[in-house]
Amino acid sequence: MDIKAGLLNNNKRAAARLITMLENGIEEALDIIKECYHLTGHARIVGITGPPGAGKSTVTDKLAKALRKEGLTVGIIAVDPTSPFTGGAILGDRVRMSDLSTDPGVFIRSMGTRGALGGLSKAAHGAVKVLDIFGMDYIFIETVGVGQSEVDIVKLADTVIMVMVPGLGDDIQAIKAGIMEIGDVFAVNKSDRDGAERTAAEIEAMLDFNKQEDYRPSVVNLIARDNVGVDKLLEAIENHRAYLDASGRYRSRKRDSLRTEVIEIFKENVIRSVARLEEDTNVLEELTESVLERRIDPYTAAARLMDSFTENGV
Amino acid sequence: MERPIRVVVAKPGLDGHDRGAKVVARALRDAGMEVIYTGLRQTPEQIVETAIQEDADCVAMSILSGAHNHLFPKVVQLLKEKEAEDILVVGGGVIPEDDIPGLLEAGISAIFTPGTPTTVTIDFIRENIRKK
Ligand SMILES: Nc1nc2c(ncn2[C@@H]2O[C@H](COP(=O)(O)OP(=O)(O)OP(=O)(O)O)[C@@H](O)[C@H]2O)c(=O)[nH]1
Ligand SMILES: [Mg+2]
Repeated sequence: MDIKAGLLNNNKRAAARLITMLENGIEEALDIIKECYHLTGHARIVGITGPPGAGKSTVTDKLAKALRKEGLTVGIIAVDPTSPFTGGAILGDRVRMSDLSTDPGVFIRSMGTRGALGGLSKAAHGAVKVLDIFGMDYIFIETVGVGQSEVDIVKLADTVIMVMVPGLGDDIQAIKAGIMEIGDVFAVNKSDRDGAERTAAEIEAMLDFNKQEDYRPSVVNLIARDNVGVDKLLEAIENHRAYLDASGRYRSRKRDSLRTEVIEIFKENVIRSVARLEEDTNVLEELTESVLERRIDPYTAAARLMDSFTENGV
Repeated sequence: MERPIRVVVAKPGLDGHDRGAKVVARALRDAGMEVIYTGLRQTPEQIVETAIQEDADCVAMSILSGAHNHLFPKVVQLLKEKEAEDILVVGGGVIPEDDIPGLLEAGISAIFTPGTPTTVTIDFIRENIRKK
């Protein structure tokens, strides 16, 4: 299969295979992305996060359907945790999106966190690029809003929707440290339940503390299951995007996220180069031995490692 | 890095029980596989589209309703039409002995009847997926 040609000719199989290759760190996949990178930048990227079971997949399903009605295409990346013990995962988000499977204008990909350092973030970056090149107008990334790796992914997004549910109470307190700040739009889902208004009020109260000078996140009550409030949520996403564009924040947000990405790739390349250098020279092992014997210190060792890098032209 | 095997676990047909499918899903996860779980009442078209978008190595289906003679071969046929016949297809559920040869003939690689230990299913998938 010619993956690049397929990717550019609306072949989902090719796109799917390329995502797998990126996920598994296969070099040829990077070459294809390099050749097609100029085609990225079209998609609007929306992160959907929040506690387990809050309704993130249901919200994503309904938003995607609303956008499809407007003739827009939608990519969805749904992330679920990998078991740290077996490396396996049950990726169950598609259960709420069954009708979208056969829609030619939708592409859904499930992903396990796979534990490894930054591994998920790398895979999600890759999948976003593939779906962007594939021509999707919107890309949603669903992740459970706990932990740093999720926060990292969400930084990929232009707009982040925090999905909450009534009666979280103390949970909101727990979530707010660090994570509350990343929400650009708050959806109080399951507003058919008691306490929805109070939860919305609590979020509003918290937003009073986190005031940004020129943008205040909207809080939208939602019953995603029954498709109630989805138009309001879509409007809130549009409003955030309009704010980003008008204020110049869109570019600065993209710049920040790209800078981080370049640094991440750079670090990874350095680490890979060390591994390759080590195959021929053992320099790292020797330096480590010297530190172990207290002949040199770790800072000096790192500096010498850097030197042998430059000498070897890596 | 060893990449995890990806399996779509699907429940085609109209019967409303997915306990068996969930048991298989958990067993595959515990064996280190990534299971894309799709839920109840999937059409063959949905299953095939899911397998393609997820770049699955295997589709594992379970049917209790008796519609296996229609639905299993339909999935194989649609995969062929999408040039995705390299994806392994296995089936399980309540399937009469007499139907099994026909299903194998139609391109389902294995049928696991109730009582088959999950280790048999796991080993079969490991040994028979196409190496990418
Ligand atoms: N009462 C009520 N239930 C809802 C609503 N929206 C979703 N649900 C239900 O909430 C449950 C979880 O929904 P999902 O969409 O799977 O939630 P999720 O946040 O994606 O879950 P995870 O991905 O497992 O963290 C399902 O049983 C939904 O039917 C709603 O507006 N009201
Ligand atoms: Mg979900």
